[in-house]
Amino acid sequence: MDALLSILVDILSQPAVLVAIIAFIGLVMQQKSAADVTKGTTKTLLGFIVLSAGAGVVSTSLTPFGKMFQEAFGVQGVVPNNEAIISIALENYGSTAALIMVFGMLINIFIARVTNLKYIFLTGHHTFYMAAFLAIILTVADLNGTMLIVVGSIALGLIMSMFPAMAQPAMRRITGNNQVGLGHFGTISYISSAGIGMLFKKGSKSTEDINFPKGLSFLRDSSVSISLTMVVIYIIAALFAGHTFVEENLSGGTNYIVYSLIQGVTFAAGVFIILSGVRLILAEIVPAFKGISERLVPNSSPALDCPIVFPYAPNAVLIGFFSSFIAGVIGMFVLFITGGVVILPGVVPHFFLGATSGVFGNATGGVKGAVFGSFVNGIIITFLPILFLPLLGDLGNAATTFSDTDFLVVGIVLGNIGKFLGQFGIILTIVAAGVIAILVKAKVGKRQPE
Amino acid sequence: MKFLVVCGHGLGSSFMVEMNAEQALKELGAPDNVEVDHSDLGSAASDMADIFITGKDLEDNVASLGELIVLSNILDKDELKGKLKAKLEEKNII
Repeated sequence: MDALLSILVDILSQPAVLVAIIAFIGLVMQQKSAADVTKGTTKTLLGFIVLSAGAGVVSTSLTPFGKMFQEAFGVQGVVPNNEAIISIALENYGSTAALIMVFGMLINIFIARVTNLKYIFLTGHHTFYMAAFLAIILTVADLNGTMLIVVGSIALGLIMSMFPAMAQPAMRRITGNNQVGLGHFGTISYISSAGIGMLFKKGSKSTEDINFPKGLSFLRDSSVSISLTMVVIYIIAALFAGHTFVEENLSGGTNYIVYSLIQGVTFAAGVFIILSGVRLILAEIVPAFKGISERLVPNSSPALDCPIVFPYAPNAVLIGFFSSFIAGVIGMFVLFITGGVVILPGVVPHFFLGATSGVFGNATGGVKGAVFGSFVNGIIITFLPILFLPLLGDLGNAATTFSDTDFLVVGIVLGNIGKFLGQFGIILTIVAAGVIAILVKAKVGKRQPE
Repeated sequence: MKFLVVCGHGLGSSFMVEMNAEQALKELGAPDNVEVDHSDLGSAASDMADIFITGKDLEDNVASLGELIVLSNILDKDELKGKLKAKLEEKNII
């Protein structure tokens, strides 16, 4: 009996095996053929192992960067990147994250079925990241065991239902209907941007009425843009740290610029590997989730990843990215001057959140809305991590962190409540947030019949 | 016969379109050897598929890979189904 129990514990503490079992159950429930079940289960297992391998690559690149930055500027430098922090976090929080993800998805379906928050959150990688994120935040707030999984899953399910509902009024302006929701955890930035756009309601033409150079669209290729920016950031840190420091302590004699070039691209390579892993993990889980939700909640709307709004305003996408990135660079200098941790502009969040904020800002306030809305996004994602890092426990010292607004906001809210009011406070907040969301939605729904 | 849906990150929107495409292919009665997969821009290579599907905002980035289906609205299942049908008929697959 003890032997059996110990095997069971081993299974549950190996996130790779756990996720594979989840995929297996999903595939069997969909009555797939034996070949498909075998293929899907193996690929999911493989995906997790690939992801862990990517974590190693990212870490080998980030450790020397952290040292270089510390030597150069005397402060900690942090590059926000979801993939990097997730891969590091999964080492300790993997199993909890996997369980929170599965139960969170079921709770999302349940909420869509019984309440008026009828959104099914289909952006699988963000569900996965949010699950890992909640596992960390709640563990730091002293929850553990079954309680951690239960509270984490309810929080995740509610977040998956609530955030798309918050974005919907602006989404309706952009897409012209209520068929799809937005499922991307930059929601707070997007609705702020739409709000800022309102200030320019009159006298600002749409971004799509201007001619904008198209030559920069290669930056849409995330592995290219991560490589380029990380090389620049790395080389700047190396220049300030000086060649003696780098060559004596880190590179083993290799020229410091060459070393920085390789390390910068190594980071991008790590993210590339992690993304391949995430893709493999989600390949079976998301379609199963979609299938189940369509059967159980036929009148729900899917909440989808942010690039779905890009075709509605391609110019706003580029304007939003640049405006947000500039805000990030300005913010970085401000942080340098004030001392303490410096948040460096991560290109992935500035691109996806900046671009989407640009589209939202444009929908309400034209060019000015797009520029100022995404600029504010850049400021938000540069300064919020400062408040948020101390709540991450040991992971707060990593040279990378969560990058997207909703993670930061949820983290700051739940983290602080956990710190001052304990577990009870967290549970109360989650319940209250759910009730408020349902009531507000009911009120707004009456005002604007769908 | 293989389709590859391509987007910038290769995680969310291309995956969504892949699932819609699979459903459309089933409805069109396409044979089992017609496959769909998804990928990011950086990984997508011309030998990975016969026909590439993407949104019009990424058309220029994907054009060099080979034969394309460009969607003006990546959420529009009817547009996707119509374009898949035209392609498959052109190739005498359905």
